[in-house]
Amino acid sequence: MTLDAAVAPLDVDPLLDDPETRIIVCCGSGGVGKTTTAAALGLRAAERGRKVVVLTIDPARRLAQSMGIDSLDNTPRQVKGVEGSGELHAMMLDMKRTFDEIVEAHADADRARAILENPFYQSLSAGFAGTQEYMAMEKLGQLRARDGWDLIVVDTPPSRSALDFLDAPKRLGSFLDGKFIRVLMAPAKVGGRAGMKFLNVGMSMMTGTLGKLLGGQFLRDVQTFVAAMDTMFGGFRTRADATYRLLQAPGTAFLVVAAPERDALREAAYFVERLAAEEMPLAGLVLNRVHGSGAARLSAERARAAAENLEEGRIVDQQGGKAVDRGADAPDSSSPAAFEAHEAPQAPASAGATASSEPSQPSESSESTDPPEPSDPSATRSTRAPASMPAPTSAASATTVEQLTAGLLRLHAERMQVVAREERTRDRFTALHPEVPVAEVGALPGDVHDLAGLRAIGDRLAAGRAAT
Amino acid sequence: MSRLQVVSGKGGTGKTTVAAALALALATEGKRTLLVEVEGRQGIAQLFETEALPYEERKIAVASGGGEVHALAIDAERALLDYLQMFYKLGSAGRALKKIGAIDFATTIAPGVRDVLLTGKACEAVRRRDKQGRFVYDYVVMDAPPTGRITRFLNVNDEVAGLARIGPIHNQAQAVMRVLKSPETAVHLVTLLEEMPVQETADGIAELKAAGLRIGNVIVNMVRPHLLDEAAVRAAAGDRRKEVAKALASTGVAAPTKLVGPLLDQAAEHAQRVELEREQRAVLTKLGLPTYELPLIGEGMDLAGLYRLAGDLRQLGEAFA
Ligand SMILES: Nc1ncnc2c1ncn2[C@@H]1O[C@H](COP(=O)(O)OP(=O)(O)OP(=O)(O)O)[C@@H](O)[C@H]1O
Ligand SMILES: Nc1ncnc2c1ncn2[C@@H]1O[C@H](COP(=O)(O)OP(=O)(O)O)[C@@H](O)[C@H]1O
Ligand SMILES: [Mg+2]
Ligand SMILES: [Mg+2]
Repeated sequence: MTLDAAVAPLDVDPLLDDPETRIIVCCGSGGVGKTTTAAALGLRAAERGRKVVVLTIDPARRLAQSMGIDSLDNTPRQVKGVEGSGELHAMMLDMKRTFDEIVEAHADADRARAILENPFYQSLSAGFAGTQEYMAMEKLGQLRARDGWDLIVVDTPPSRSALDFLDAPKRLGSFLDGKFIRVLMAPAKVGGRAGMKFLNVGMSMMTGTLGKLLGGQFLRDVQTFVAAMDTMFGGFRTRADATYRLLQAPGTAFLVVAAPERDALREAAYFVERLAAEEMPLAGLVLNRVHGSGAARLSAERARAAAENLEEGRIVDQQGGKAVDRGADAPDSSSPAAFEAHEAPQAPASAGATASSEPSQPSESSESTDPPEPSDPSATRSTRAPASMPAPTSAASATTVEQLTAGLLRLHAERMQVVAREERTRDRFTALHPEVPVAEVGALPGDVHDLAGLRAIGDRLAAGRAAT
Repeated sequence: MSRLQVVSGKGGTGKTTVAAALALALATEGKRTLLVEVEGRQGIAQLFETEALPYEERKIAVASGGGEVHALAIDAERALLDYLQMFYKLGSAGRALKKIGAIDFATTIAPGVRDVLLTGKACEAVRRRDKQGRFVYDYVVMDAPPTGRITRFLNVNDEVAGLARIGPIHNQAQAVMRVLKSPETAVHLVTLLEEMPVQETADGIAELKAAGLRIGNVIVNMVRPHLLDEAAVRAAAGDRRKEVAKALASTGVAAPTKLVGPLLDQAAEHAQRVELEREQRAVLTKLGLPTYELPLIGEGMDLAGLYRLAGDLRQLGEAFA
């Protein structure tokens, strides 16, 4: 897959090398490769000489292990095995611990204990959808305040929507020091203010109703929690606001990560628009797990037709040749299904079956574009009689070259279908947002779970084009 | 077969798609299913290519043999207001509560309250009967939150009954739990044959079991066809290159010798992926749960693809918990 000239390529290396770049935020919807991209960028920046910290959230277990950050102690650890003069530190966010630490840092020991033991606090800090986003922001603020790194790369939580990352902190923040909490705490204070009389009237009815609904104990837990947290509330809002401003600062760069799929790119488009609205600096789109093909000039249709051609040739031969062998072979070897879902080779090597496929094709199907080389008849015969020559493995010799080639062609047809679908999806995005620079990262055949894999992703990111 | 079918799985593995296909598959021969979503994302409307669903049950598809699929996007705020209206006749006071942030508090911040409201609505649909006393819906299929949150979501008893120890929300939580922990309910987990989703499935199953929730099936989604085995690929990359070039030439494709390299590279990737998938299948097998596979729809998902998946699920048939 190649990008149209119209779409600006995203140059990752200048971004990583620029000393002015202090924060890179990788965002996008779940499962698209945010964590992988964040870690790969961090490693690449470190190996290009910068002192980097990567804040990961929910990394794949093996990736965390390979970086030595699976211990969950909520502080950055230096990653071993990094080449070059820079340093890579990495950590995995523990949201409950981060929340606890804020409480411990801002309240005296007795009050801290009261808060930490409060049932409402416990379920809020462990599980409220949004706490993770909020704590990621808190941690980013902390890392930045320590000022020990040239560059901070931040991963974002696996939200249901990419926008949660921006919205959840505000939501939790506005609860924690918002109107409602004040009302719960000190209705008189609120009611005393001009224009808020009606709240006062509704107030007792409301706490009454909520109390009835949720049970009095629940409200009392909330009230105790709020009382204990009281002096901290302003702090939450202040810090959340500060982090928000940090995200708008010139040293920050957002990278939106997306898979070349409809839903992921739709989310990416929303996010691009939202970042613009919030005046947050977007560096570009990383299109991850893109497929390409080195044989792209052979279309899916032609590949499929050629595969059928080879498979048909084979039945014709078998029927004309040794019918008995066909029974021993897979009975449906003429259909594509025969190539699917078979772990084991289909039949034991049979000289009859392989030899019978020798006169391979009806000649009218060969078009004139062929180079002369494959028409050498002696080569054809000798390689097609595995029984008479040492085969690499007995398993392999059971697959005729026609089956094998047809399989390769079907695989290619499938690949080209994927390539075409991904291109259509990508084009829809670039038509909507031609101003957004794009880097494509090819799909590796396996998972990315060690530094070597991260380096490979980093190389692809920097190249900006999907490897074929 | 359980009447409440909950579909969870790692994000992006196909929960919404599988839930919709399952609702279609169960709606055969005059049966009626209700497909509910709980995350306010309008995933069902997108999938069925209709306008956004209101907070109201409506028919969105007919299945073979006259069955019907109805859909409902449950909205926690609306569910709470309805609830307050029903029990307290709040009327316009509901709006005041909303203004002050109390409704927002109860549905988004107060942990678990939102979940009770959402699961409560689904359980109500499961138990609802018409005037003749028959169930209104034969099955309710829920497009549920992802694996990481599913146990908390369903285990409202611990979450809420623990916090709200008395009162209607507490009672509601108890009633909901009676349905969710009975054989009436089965939780299915959708996964891909990749490391992270499989790991999350294994973790999710352990959590669900610990909470006493019943697990139905593991559904492996987007399974790609296995076109060539590793031995064949190895042979091709070894000393059969020339033969392959010749076979390609015989089909009439242009410049066949130049295609051999790239085709073999693709085959090698394929073989590597097949090997990884084999490892992940082995992990899934160890979980000891009934496991079903649904194919990747190569052209991308649309209504035709959805009906195809429904057909596949129907064929998997009776065995489905
Ligand atoms: N069998 C399939 N073949 C092809 N594409 C599929 C298949 N199943 C799902 N998809 C596609 O994969 C993407 C994710 O599916 P879906 O939205 O159902 O996942 P989800 O688990 O509900 O995601 P989320 O966690 O975001 O709610 C969609 O684009 C969908 O069309
Ligand atoms: N380009 C890629 N090629 C192959 N696998 C990838 C690629 N990018 C990500 N992955 C794999 O996809 C899975 C999800 O990636 P992850 O970075 O954890 O996503 P997110 O953080 O967006 O949820 C991981 O197993 C990872 O190894
Ligand atoms: Mg992640
Ligand atoms: Mg969904």
